[in-house]
This record gives sequence, structure tokens and C-alpha cells, in this order.
Amino acid sequence: MSPWGSWFFKIIRTLGSISVTMVGLLFITFIIGRVMPIDPVISIVGERATKAMYDAAYLDLGLDKPVIVQFFYYLADVLRGDFGVSYLNARPVIDDIRRVFPATLELATLGTLFGVFIGVPLGVIAAVKRDTWIDQIARVIALVGYSMPIFWLGMIALLVFYGMLGWVGGPGRVGIFYVDLVPPVTGMILIDSALDGQWDVFRDAITHIILPASLLGYYSLAYISRMTRSFMLEQLNAEYITTARVKGLSEWAVVWRHAFGNIKVQLITVIALSYAGLLEGSVLTEIIFSWPGIGSYITTALLSADMNAVLGGTVVVGLVFVCLNVFSDLLYSQFDPRAK
Amino acid sequence: MKLLDVENLKVSFPTRTGVFDAVRGVSFTLGQERLGIVGESGSGKSMTGRAILRLIRPPGRVTADRIAIEGEDILSMSEKQMRSVRGQRISMVLQDPKFSLNPVMRVGDQITEAYSVHAKSSRAETRRKALEMLEAVSIRDPERVFRSYPHEMSGGMGQRIMIAMMLIPEPKILIADEPTSALDVSVQGQVLNIMDKLVQQRGMGLILISHDLNLVSSFCDRVLIMYAGRIVETCRADALHDAQHPYTRGLLNSLPRLDEPRTQLEVLKRDPAWSEAPSVSGAS
Amino acid sequence: MSSLRNWLITDTPTSRRHAQLASFYHGWLEFKANRLALLGLVILCLLVLIAALAPWIAPHSPFSQDLGNRLQPLGSDEHLLGTDSLGRDLLSRLIYGSRITLYIVALVALIAPIAGLFVGTVAGYVGGWTDTILMRITDIFLAFPRLILALAFVAALGAGIENAVLAISLTAWPPYARIARAETLSIRRSDYISAVKLQGAGALRIITKHIWPLCIASLIVRITLDMAGIILAAAGLGFLGLGARPPSPEWGAMIAEGRKFILDFWWVATVPGLAIFTVSLAFNLLGDGLRDVLDPKSNK
Repeated sequence: MSPWGSWFFKIIRTLGSISVTMVGLLFITFIIGRVMPIDPVISIVGERATKAMYDAAYLDLGLDKPVIVQFFYYLADVLRGDFGVSYLNARPVIDDIRRVFPATLELATLGTLFGVFIGVPLGVIAAVKRDTWIDQIARVIALVGYSMPIFWLGMIALLVFYGMLGWVGGPGRVGIFYVDLVPPVTGMILIDSALDGQWDVFRDAITHIILPASLLGYYSLAYISRMTRSFMLEQLNAEYITTARVKGLSEWAVVWRHAFGNIKVQLITVIALSYAGLLEGSVLTEIIFSWPGIGSYITTALLSADMNAVLGGTVVVGLVFVCLNVFSDLLYSQFDPRAK
Repeated sequence: MKLLDVENLKVSFPTRTGVFDAVRGVSFTLGQERLGIVGESGSGKSMTGRAILRLIRPPGRVTADRIAIEGEDILSMSEKQMRSVRGQRISMVLQDPKFSLNPVMRVGDQITEAYSVHAKSSRAETRRKALEMLEAVSIRDPERVFRSYPHEMSGGMGQRIMIAMMLIPEPKILIADEPTSALDVSVQGQVLNIMDKLVQQRGMGLILISHDLNLVSSFCDRVLIMYAGRIVETCRADALHDAQHPYTRGLLNSLPRLDEPRTQLEVLKRDPAWSEAPSVSGAS
Repeated sequence: MSSLRNWLITDTPTSRRHAQLASFYHGWLEFKANRLALLGLVILCLLVLIAALAPWIAPHSPFSQDLGNRLQPLGSDEHLLGTDSLGRDLLSRLIYGSRITLYIVALVALIAPIAGLFVGTVAGYVGGWTDTILMRITDIFLAFPRLILALAFVAALGAGIENAVLAISLTAWPPYARIARAETLSIRRSDYISAVKLQGAGALRIITKHIWPLCIASLIVRITLDMAGIILAAAGLGFLGLGARPPSPEWGAMIAEGRKFILDFWWVATVPGLAIFTVSLAFNLLGDGLRDVLDPKSNK
């Protein structure tokens, strides 16, 4: 079979795999949304609905039909992008999500970049200088990152760096004077303001994003540095490293060209997982920083029992999760010559 | 002048239960010959090889009265100086090409790297030399192998690639640490012959480290027997069956032979006195 | 005493029980050498003690309000750690809150790994379609972001500590299933399982008596390492008001209460956070230490 042919099949298989997982995911959200609450109608129309509204919603939800049929209706809706209407603002959930998701993406992307550019070199150095003070510091950094509640650290960071020192912007994505000044192209203010040439907005956005992004970045670098160190230690014990040294290579070449070259592919998976983790971590961070992303969208919806919004958000984040995992698997098999 | 001169080499490692002496006072010289070092696991033979290349890292400790290549002392060299010695003047072939070759780097790149570390040359010239070297180790399709990855090669080919890679910078001394132990018996002879041919052609000295007494006796000129970090006996390979030391005799006697049928193979009885006695000098 | 020690470090055990105790003792010695891990263990023992003795060591009731004494700072007369916005003693609330933390942790630590063990060993042992289906289900749960899924569950079930435990457990079990399945697969093919089968052992006996004991070590390491994450998730749920209902002194909820006053009365929110941090840290240290002892393959 030609290489294009086998590539084609791989894509089909991957799409199939994603589909099965997504159907399962949707089934679970369906169960959470319809089957679990004591009265799913109430969770949609609210407790003060009239009997007419209740009955209308009951039929509209198809609750008189068997569960499986209900699920297929739900599936059809989701595939059309219809997550229902938000109870809070009576707008389609999908529109809300489209509005808030880029904010989270911006935060998670910046945080992951932070985590990668600091975490990877830290992990490599910690492995090469094993058991020295650098290694111990890296370990402490990671340990703290695994043990500290992110919302608490965020609160304290905001208190210190904004409340006491005034070094960074306060809650929200931009200061009050800059809201809605930039036409949303991607939804990410940093990119949009740069595209539009509004550099004062850009600067202001930076002061607002830097603290939450650094916070997420810290957690990302804790994980990434630990994994990098672990991978590097594994490689540095391998025979081919001895071979490289026998050839007379400099230590720099041994560490970066040979050992690091062998972990690049594993790191892709780690970075994808870290990104996914930051999407999740944003839920609690966004509340602290009043960041209008999908995290605060879901939690606000949750506290108002707006099931459509909660489930819609869950499905979208779940979809991104699944795609990230699959994407990293694909990259892995593309770049590791042994897996081909 | 000898190619290699080692005097009173000691290698030790600190462990939680005390200091472990892997090599305890080994002395020998190497000329343009094939020297075999035989011993069981734990005898310190591999450590000797690595210590000569100063590959042993802290907390391991290497001390010696003298380690000299072609008269030049390498024991006191800085790490930077050692890097120009490694590969260019002395090289080592490791045991299993499955692990000793970088799995994500193409074979050709690994060989050209070995050359360009020590010689400034154009890419085309380096590539030509690498292909030449692959031919010299009897690889029939050097272009294809050049582009391949190590896991696509068989064990025998992998080892030949290793030899090519280690000989391309034209060192004077080659240490081969169990070069055939990971290979099929059918391929072992082939690989050894290729190594031998190249070593003779270039007037090099070869140290062959192995646990296989038969292999060493048939392949080498001179043999050192190591036990518990010391050399217990040294003799010419063809005089091995006249060996005196009870350990060597014990090793020889525990090998099965077609022409001397026995009902029971001898089991080596170890005498603690062997590890106490001072090391025999392996100077030729 | 020294004869007991000699008995434990002997090279020639006299019975199976003796051998088990001896290897346990060896493991303990190795664990003890890691001082940080030991610190983690000490902190956790303290936590259990504090939780158990709460009614006796807490200086006040965690619920009694004293509106005349609101927001007292650290080191005040009656209140070592100050008071919150309703005048309740923070130290006492912290101490009683440890019970809630322990309760959640203990429940999840039982439910999630046991569920995962069942699913994983059955999938690994039976193989075929059962394996595929069970692993698909596991993958689907793994595909969900844990906190968000837990939030969705709590949204449907309603707030409350038991629902929070259930929600966290539902998101925590998949990794254990994976571990158990991997172990089962590697053990299933070994010779001694074949030997036991030849002796007439049925699937149930093989799974329970031979496979489960071997999975336990990896599961224990994984649980302790997961603990920190579970505590943080529970704290997150509490912070959002989805865990224990007020006026329960749950640490996450205490942080939320103190958040409103953080500019001028920073300790109300800070102190519970430190408690959460300490306990998570202790679990991480303990887990690292256990992993170093029980899993020799790991890189330290």
C-alpha cells in the first residue's frame, strides 16, 4: 500500500476512535443531564415555571419517549452544535461558549509556553546535575506545584502582586477603559490588539494576563520539569550515551543532541497533557481573576443549576481533551522512527 | 614504545555498605597485538576497559600509577583533553548494538558524527569516508544502510556499524567489550574476522574483553585472566592449556570437550587466597 | 529487643509469615532512610490524631459564633489563629475540618482503587470483547477533565459531602483500572499461573489469590500519590460551595469565606490554605517514599 494509503487509513482509524470516545462522553453527559437529576425538567426551566411551561418543556425534551431515543435526539442536536439554551441568559449555549472559550485558550497557551520554556531546561539540568542543589530546588518547585491549591495560590498572588505591590493589572482581561475597544478576530485579546495595532490595549492586556498565566505556568512547569527529568535520567543511563562519550563528543552534544533527541517525542505527549491540565486548572483560576473564560462560565452555570450550559461546556472541554490526546499520539507515531 | 601502558590501575565505588573495589591493582602493556582479558562477571574486566578511557564518573574513583598511550600520560589530562583522545587515539566497541546505537538517529549520521568530531571536513567528504568505512566492514549496500535506523539492522550488521563508527577516526587502540556476546553464534566469527582484519591492516592494538575462554584463546595473541579485580595469570594464547594458576585450570577444566568425554563437568572451587594474592603483571 | 531485630533481618526465614514480616521490616528500614518521606508519614499521623482527638484539643466549638469578636488577628487572646467573619475560632474550625478532609480522603481511597481493581483485573484476565468494552469505558472516563466532570456530577446530584466523594471517585477510578489491567496482563502469561491452573484453580481463585496481591503494591503507591490531587479537588469543590454544606468547617469552604476579606484580614483565607498545602505535601512525600521502596524501576 502506498504511504498515502496507509496515512489515509490511519486518519480514518483515528477519527473513528475519537468518535467512539465522544459518543461515550456524550452518553455520560446525557445521563448526567437527563437521567440523574431528580427532575430534569426543573433543571432546565427552573423551579418557578408554570405547569404549562413545565409540560411544554417535558414534551420538548422528549421525556415521554424511551431513554435510548432521547439519547439519539440529544446526539443529533449536539452534532448540529445545538447544546440548548442557557437558562441564565436565554441565549444558545453554543454562542456563549464560542465567546468565552478563546479567553481560556489564551490563558492556557501562555501558561503552557511558560511551562515549556522554563520547565524543559530545568528538567534537563536537574537530570544532568543529579542530586546537586539545582536538582533539589527543581524538586521543591515541583513538590510545591503538586501540593498547593491553585485557587489559594492565585488569591495570595493577586493580593501580593496587585493588592499590595500594584505590579500587575487587577481582575479581568483588560482594564475598564479598554473593554471592547478591539475588534474580536480570534477572541484572544493579545493577538487581536496586535493585529489591530492598538498597542496600548496590548500592553494593558499583558499586565492583566501575566499573573494568571504565570500561575498556570508554574503548575505546568512543575509537571513538565519532573517528567523531563525522569525521561532524561532514563536516557543518560543508556549504552548509546556511553558510545557518544567514547566518540569524544562534548557533554553538551551528548546531553542535547543524543539524550534530549531521544525524549523529544515523549515530551510532546507530556506537553499535550499539560495543556489539557491547564484547561482544567483554569476552572478555579478564572474565578479568582474574574477571567471570562469557559471555566468561570461552567462554574457560574453550575451555581445557577443551568444544566445546559454546564453540560455544553463539559462536552466542549472534553472534546478538546480527546483531540489533544489523539493528536499527541499521532505526533508520537510520526516522529518516533521505532514506531513506524 | 608500547601503544598502551597501564600500571596499578584501581577502580572503586562507594556503596551504602562500604567501598566496593572493582579493580584492584591491574598492570599490563599493549603493543601491536591482540590482547584478551578473560574473566567472569564481576571480575572487573569491563571496568578496566572503561577506566582506561576515563569513562568512569563520580562517585566512582579511578587511580593508577600510570596510564599512557604511546608514551603520553592520559591520567592527568583534563576532561577537555581527554575528549580529543577518545575516538581519535583510542576507541571502544560495546556489547549490544540494540542498545549501544542511538535509536532515533540515522546510522549514517552517527558514523559521520564520529568522524567530524575530530576532523574538519566538508559534508560530502565526511559522507564519502563513512560510506567507505561501511564497505570496509563488508556491508554490501552502504547507501541504504547509511540512510537507515539502527533498529532496522540485524545484530551482526549493527556490530559492524559499531566497528565502522569506532574505527573511522583512525585510533591506534581499540577496546572491544564483549563484542560478540549479544550475537548469534553463526555471526560471531564473521564480526570478529572483520574486526581482526581492520586491526591488522591499520597496525592497531586490540584489547578483547570477554568471558568466553575459547573465543579469546583462538582469537588473541596474549591472554590476561582476571579474577576479583586482579590479574591472576598471563600467558600466550597458544600456551593457555599449559596455564599454571588453579583458577585458570579450573576454567579450562569446566569447559566441555568432544575429545575428552567425562561423566561429570568440573565445578570451579574458589579459593579465597586467589583474591588476596597480588596482581600479576601483564606486561609483555 | 535486639533478638527481635535479628529475627527480622535473618537471611533464613522459618515460615511464610516470618518471611513476610522480614521483607516488611526491610522495606520499612529503607523507607525510614528517606527523611522527607518519614516527615510526610509523621504529618499524616498527626493529622489522624488531631482528627480523632478533635473534641478534646479544639479550644472552642467550631460553630459557636461571636459577632463581637469578628475577624480577630493571629495570636489574639482566646483565639490562636484568629476568628472569621462570624467570630468563630479559626483554630477549632481547622481542627474539626481535618475530620472532613480525612473522611473524604478515606472514602475516595477505598472506592476508586477497588472499583478500578475490579474492572482492570476482569478486563485483563478475561480478555476479548469484555476487555475491549471495559477499556473503552475506562478511556471515556479518562478522556474527561477530572474536575469538570466532578463539577458536572455535583451539579446533577446536588451539593453535599457524599455527592462530592462520589463525584471525585467517579473521576479517579480509571487510572487504577489501567494499572490493574497492565499488571494482570503481565502476570496472566507467567508460568506459575499456568501451574496453578493445572492444579485445578478456577478463574476466581486465580484472580483473588494470585493476581490481586501483586497489584496491591502498585495501587498503594498510586493512591498515595493521587491523594494530594484528591484533596485539592475536594478543596476546589468546597471552595465553590459544592462540598460540605455550611456551617461545616471544610477547609476549601473556609477559604471561600475568607476571600471577601483578604485585603485587610488575610489570615482568614490563608490559614486553611496552608493546612491543605501541608496535608497534600505530606501525601506527596509519603507517596514518593513508598514508590522508591516498592517500585525499584522508578528513577529517583
